[in-house]
Amino acid sequence: MWIFGSRAWYKFSRNPLSVVGLGIVVVIVLAAAFAPFVTPYPQHARAFVDFANASLAPSSTYLLGTDVIGRDVLTRIIFGYRVSLMLGVVVLTIAVPIGVGLGLLAGYFGTRTETVIMRITDVFLAIPPLVLALAIMGFLEPTLMNAMIAVAAMWWPWYTRLVYNITRSLRHEGYVIAAEVVGASHLHMLLREILPNALPSILTKMTLDLGFVILIASSLSFLGLGVQPPTPDLGSMVAKGADYLPDIWWFPVFPGLAILVIVLGFNLLGDGLRDMLDVDF
Amino acid sequence: MSFGSFVIRRLGASLIVLVGVSILIFGIARVIPGDPARIALGPTATPEMVEQLRDRLHLNESLPIQYWEFVKGVGGGDLGISLYTNRAVTTDLAQFFAATFELVLVAAFLMVVIGVPLGVLAARYRDGPIDNLARIISLLGVVTPSFVWAIFLMLLFAFLLGILPTAGRLSESAVVPASVTGMMLIDSILAGEWATLWNAAIHIILPATALSLSGIGQAARLTRANVAEAYSSQYIEMARAYAYSERSIAMKYALRPAMIPTLTILGLDFAAMLGNAFLVEAVFAWPGMARYGVQTILHKDINGIVGTVLVIATFFLIVNMIIDVVVSYLNPRIRLAARA
Repeated sequence: MWIFGSRAWYKFSRNPLSVVGLGIVVVIVLAAAFAPFVTPYPQHARAFVDFANASLAPSSTYLLGTDVIGRDVLTRIIFGYRVSLMLGVVVLTIAVPIGVGLGLLAGYFGTRTETVIMRITDVFLAIPPLVLALAIMGFLEPTLMNAMIAVAAMWWPWYTRLVYNITRSLRHEGYVIAAEVVGASHLHMLLREILPNALPSILTKMTLDLGFVILIASSLSFLGLGVQPPTPDLGSMVAKGADYLPDIWWFPVFPGLAILVIVLGFNLLGDGLRDMLDVDF
Repeated sequence: MSFGSFVIRRLGASLIVLVGVSILIFGIARVIPGDPARIALGPTATPEMVEQLRDRLHLNESLPIQYWEFVKGVGGGDLGISLYTNRAVTTDLAQFFAATFELVLVAAFLMVVIGVPLGVLAARYRDGPIDNLARIISLLGVVTPSFVWAIFLMLLFAFLLGILPTAGRLSESAVVPASVTGMMLIDSILAGEWATLWNAAIHIILPATALSLSGIGQAARLTRANVAEAYSSQYIEMARAYAYSERSIAMKYALRPAMIPTLTILGLDFAAMLGNAFLVEAVFAWPGMARYGVQTILHKDINGIVGTVLVIATFFLIVNMIIDVVVSYLNPRIRLAARA
């Protein structure tokens, strides 16, 4: 394939950890996409009870054991990845355009626009992220949709801050001023001159963040404020399993490791992209 | 800019942000669709009961008047009555704050005494085994949710090895010291109860470690980067040329400039720790503010939630302000640049 011969791939693969990250992400995404076909017991993904096989330790039949009502832990982890990935993508799809848009406006127009937008951003950043998401969940019904809204509401300020800094430094670049001098509209300046140059940083941050969004969302469901049963979710599996320590240790430990692995994957992949795209933040 | 006017300016900025936070959290509580009184009372409540509660919470007034009532209350040290405990929110928070404060302080302490030396050693012996160890710890610290750390640590040290307790602040048999600061470690020293001190220490070590691991990783990574930069500087080359011992170069010339960015990160990590305290307290049944916060959220206790968030945000702003002031004191370039 052409990509493996390219210069970008060379830069990316110079650090073997980046390739490991890419591998982790690809395997998880494929497994999650084809979950009904690759999991050993797809029917265990929903409400399902099999007390005869409850709380079984890992074995060749149940690779990661079964939970206290007899569902295969591995199956539920893979279906849990499905929910997590969807959630991560939706959250960033909401948060990134808002954050990027506000950052562009603040950095480009300056003066009063800048003051208002950046002060609001400061207010959001003054509340610890998880606490803000929890507070929002406090006034909403705990559903998957609301969890996504709560996490997106705390996520956009980071993009505002990032894009604001980039825009401010690009504002006085020669090509931007040249476009301004020939009479380009504000819209052209923002979308055609400045935004394309901010994209590498935004894309890298999005890759890193996909992991961290999943981490925060799993924290919400760990506290019972996110995805609700019987939908499989890594955070709620850990919470439920923690009640059965130490005897049924595989019930909380493997979903916990599963969170670690997916966040690690996106983190390593993001670092690789950072090297490849030569961005720095 | 003089040091004094820098402090005043920084204080002013924090106050503005705090007002913004109060509007934000107040807004979230009032603007989100659904009647908070109805939600708090549940589906079985009669319309009269809901109406009564709406009255008590001033929900029938216009939004600005509601906000004004709220600000008046906060100014007088009144955050309203918790719908969950039926006590004043301030009483509840005063009771639970100290436990969380103690936990976060010990975690921050661990972060500094483990993270910073680890970073220094990693920079000193670059690409050696210590450097690799520091790298692995940093990476795992950042990518693992603290509730997962909490469960791993509990499984290993409490259940497998059986050397540390699984829950709470003290064993039932321990003598509870008179509450002075509300912090067990300090109260037991003040009371001279050494057995209780030991007991409190072995109770706090696991939750504090779980809470600090991501911070340790970040502190180590940052310290390593800064110390490594210092080592490639001319003043260290100069010190070497004067044949200073490696030890005094490390302590005097490499570590000191590296401490300043680490302090700044410590401030940001406070935010993460305050948030993660919610998770760690849940695992270790730690009777802190975060556990109270989760209960208020689960019970849709509007006053409790607003009060908890406000106290946490204030705490976070104060810590960051102190750190900014200390940093600007240590490094005058920062407050001189603030003039621009």
